[in-house]
Amino acid sequence: MIIGLFNDWVVVVLMMIGLYIVIAHGNLIKKLVGLSIFQTSVYIFYISMAKVEGGSAPILAESIKQFSNPLPHVLILTAIVVGIATTALGLALVVRIKEAYGSVEEEDIQHLDNQTQTESPKKVLEGDQA
Amino acid sequence: MKDLFSVVMLLGIYSLLSASFFVAMDAVDVAFTEAAVGAGISTLLMLVVITMTGRSEKTTRHKPMLALLVVVFTGGVLIYGTFDMPYFGLADAPIHNHVSPRYINDSMQEIGIPNIVTSVLASYRAFDTFGEVVVIFTAGIGVLALLSVVRRPEDSDKITAINDSMHERYLVIRIVTKILLPFILLFALYVQFHGDFGPGGGFQAGVIFAAAIILYTMLFGLNTARKVINQSFIQFIAAVGVLLYGCVGLVSLLNGGNFFDYNVLTNDPIVGQHIGILIIELGVGCTVASVMIIIFFNFAGRREMQQHNKKVHSSDLESL
Amino acid sequence: MISHLPVLQVIVPLMAAPLCLLLRRAQLVWLFALLASSLAFLISILLLQQVMTSGVISYELGGWEAPWGIEYRIDKLNAFLLLIITAISTVVLIAAQTSIEKEIPKEKHTLFYILYLLSLTGMLGIVSTGDAFNVFVFLEISSLSAYALIALGNDRRALWASYQYLIMGTIGATFILIGIGLMYQMTGTLNMEDLSQRLPQVAQTRTVFTAFVFVIVGVCLKLALFPLHLWLPNAYAYAPSIVTVFFAATATKVAIYLLIRFTFTVFGLSFSFTTLPLQGLFLTLGLAGIFVASSAAIYQKNVKHIFAYSSIAQVGYIIVGISTSTVMGLTATLLHLFNHALMKSAIFLALGAVVYRLGTIQLSSFHGLGRQMPLTMAAVTIGGLSLIGVPLTVGFVSKWYLLIALIEKGWWLVAILILLGSLLAVVYVWRIVEAAYFKEPLAGSMPVKEAPMLFLIPIWTLIIANIYFGLDTRLSVQVAQSAAQGLFGVSP
Repeated sequence: MIIGLFNDWVVVVLMMIGLYIVIAHGNLIKKLVGLSIFQTSVYIFYISMAKVEGGSAPILAESIKQFSNPLPHVLILTAIVVGIATTALGLALVVRIKEAYGSVEEEDIQHLDNQTQTESPKKVLEGDQA
Repeated sequence: MKDLFSVVMLLGIYSLLSASFFVAMDAVDVAFTEAAVGAGISTLLMLVVITMTGRSEKTTRHKPMLALLVVVFTGGVLIYGTFDMPYFGLADAPIHNHVSPRYINDSMQEIGIPNIVTSVLASYRAFDTFGEVVVIFTAGIGVLALLSVVRRPEDSDKITAINDSMHERYLVIRIVTKILLPFILLFALYVQFHGDFGPGGGFQAGVIFAAAIILYTMLFGLNTARKVINQSFIQFIAAVGVLLYGCVGLVSLLNGGNFFDYNVLTNDPIVGQHIGILIIELGVGCTVASVMIIIFFNFAGRREMQQHNKKVHSSDLESL
Repeated sequence: MISHLPVLQVIVPLMAAPLCLLLRRAQLVWLFALLASSLAFLISILLLQQVMTSGVISYELGGWEAPWGIEYRIDKLNAFLLLIITAISTVVLIAAQTSIEKEIPKEKHTLFYILYLLSLTGMLGIVSTGDAFNVFVFLEISSLSAYALIALGNDRRALWASYQYLIMGTIGATFILIGIGLMYQMTGTLNMEDLSQRLPQVAQTRTVFTAFVFVIVGVCLKLALFPLHLWLPNAYAYAPSIVTVFFAATATKVAIYLLIRFTFTVFGLSFSFTTLPLQGLFLTLGLAGIFVASSAAIYQKNVKHIFAYSSIAQVGYIIVGISTSTVMGLTATLLHLFNHALMKSAIFLALGAVVYRLGTIQLSSFHGLGRQMPLTMAAVTIGGLSLIGVPLTVGFVSKWYLLIALIEKGWWLVAILILLGSLLAVVYVWRIVEAAYFKEPLAGSMPVKEAPMLFLIPIWTLIIANIYFGLDTRLSVQVAQSAAQGLFGVSP
């Protein structure tokens, strides 16, 4: 039992480390790092359920009879692409937030927002016109 | 850890390690992709962003208790869920006995290529892959919408001057890169067209192709790279990739089959499958490569503009 | 071609998006996007007709039969949702060009339409598909484009709101991914229909329980169900007006669709509502959502914030409808999906017109607007009345059905609480009406003109729909009722 589920438990721990970073840390880049760890751990979870003892990579060949399950591999290929797409967009947002607020710390940004709440809304400093 | 640079490098190492884990778990295609994307592109992008936003994190943390609570609770539910899971590696687990046996046993007769992952990806579940291409296209458009800079010619002249001075150094690396580049591009093409037989395919090939261009850009400056690859041309390619993929589906509609039914593309279903997979992989490759390049160019362009503005700003101060 | 309608529904806006990038000229792209959206609307009408007469349509993508390939499965529920989404999207697009002219830099207009179409594609894909993993892929298409669209907003807080949404949305999507993985691990299939047949055999396992929890929590994050709603108000308030209209009317609806689909079809009614305490949980969260969000709405200064909080409250009503787990309650829920889409899109579009003329959306700047922009303000007022649930508007119809469902169930207390919740809506709507009609314009403020025609036409189309479907309930009630019966497995 310990051996049979050991893999899953490691994955759960990794996932939770990622999730903890996302929630607890105030630095926007670090949040994205945490999100990446979270997602990568999910990939590991999918891939490890595809493994068959004694199986080999799902590429057909004469001598091999037992293969690991190809379907989770396909799903995770898609999920990796989704992951990089999210990361790229998140980073683009971080760059713009840095330009607009001058900081990438959650605390500073919320502080600045509370200040402007009372004043009239400011326009974003568009880099394009600069 | 407060230094974001080491955080990002560690993330890269984590990705690389999980990629090697994927190899051990027989998922060679996934490992390939994870190594190229997780350890390569995403680490690179994060590093570029760190150069713009500063590399150290503030020490203060908020609500670690709340986070801990959420995490422990979620983790607890997950661990609870694992108790009834089939054990690792058992061949009689339900996933190995319901849908996937058909892929393993029949894909040779139905599709006719040895790499089962490619068969499933490009034919049985072609629509998922289409969705994936659209996701990456969306990310490209999103980054364009957020970061694209309208440049004026006089600005770019000044920027070129800065760049040239910067890139005069590193002579050895530049020469080595110049020698390596054709091989990287060639490898990308090999991966693109060899996906039917071994690990690889449009996505991995696109990333490798983009990596070659990005390497060139890093060493020879953004402006030189822009001269080689026109911005609107690369956007055109990104759109064409998606359209190419979609058109395969539309052609099969016109030939009387369902969407993405490659059997009707030609008289011989197996040949039809081959043609269909070839074209959609090409579409995937085009879109992925060009979107990766778009994303990198826009990040780098934004960075260049920031540095330029800073320079102008400081020279203004001096003249005062 | 008629047999390919399910896939064309999604493919038309999808293929239109990259074509827009090739067209480049913003004016042309607008017309093209409008054309694509209207075509999708037409297809959805045909689909609904087909489903109502001949039952469920199944479409096998790639010609591979269901559990091996991806299946599109259109029943009455999907067809109804498809109709709502495409209808709203088309009407909203009419006003888009005028609205973004003031709010988004010119060189980004083309990108805006592309993202809009992609977002539409994502939502249509989620609703049409019968494959659990395909849901995840299209969910990401719609979310990624949503993040980018929100970040196009004028205020720098739009960026921050978009980032928060990205983090929450990605966590939600990853939770759904974990849930799907667990389900797949226990059954070996990803097809929803197949899942619903194979899950009952393993329903007693702890793994399936965990899968259910993760899917529901993930969907509720997307849905902005109280207390997971924190990302929504700012995202709605600082996004470009058109984006707010589109998302307020459709995005949460799609998430609710997913919730209904997973609880009723995939996991099955008996598992969701008898094995688990979902009923009590939904009821509590729904009611809490109504009261907390409505009270929060009363204290907002930004009018977009008021209606964003009101959206969270409306989600509460919808969830209460689901929690009854009766045909009547679900009918009320589905009706409210339709009605809420109509009223919120009308209101937010009118607010978009105000932004177009005034450039700001603070409550204080509404003073005296009742005389200066009479048609726009009348639209806001009628929309507000509908939100409260005044007779002769659509809001009344769905509230009425919800009350009947609750009384049938014997939940008198809940029914009274729902009525009290509506009173809170009276308060926040009144604040706007008061500002617009009973306050003098601020000294020194510029006189403003009525909104341009390209705004008024879609706004009043929606308002007329609000009144029409409030009077003639045959169509909407019939579809909602038979969709609800379909989910309960009762033959109509």
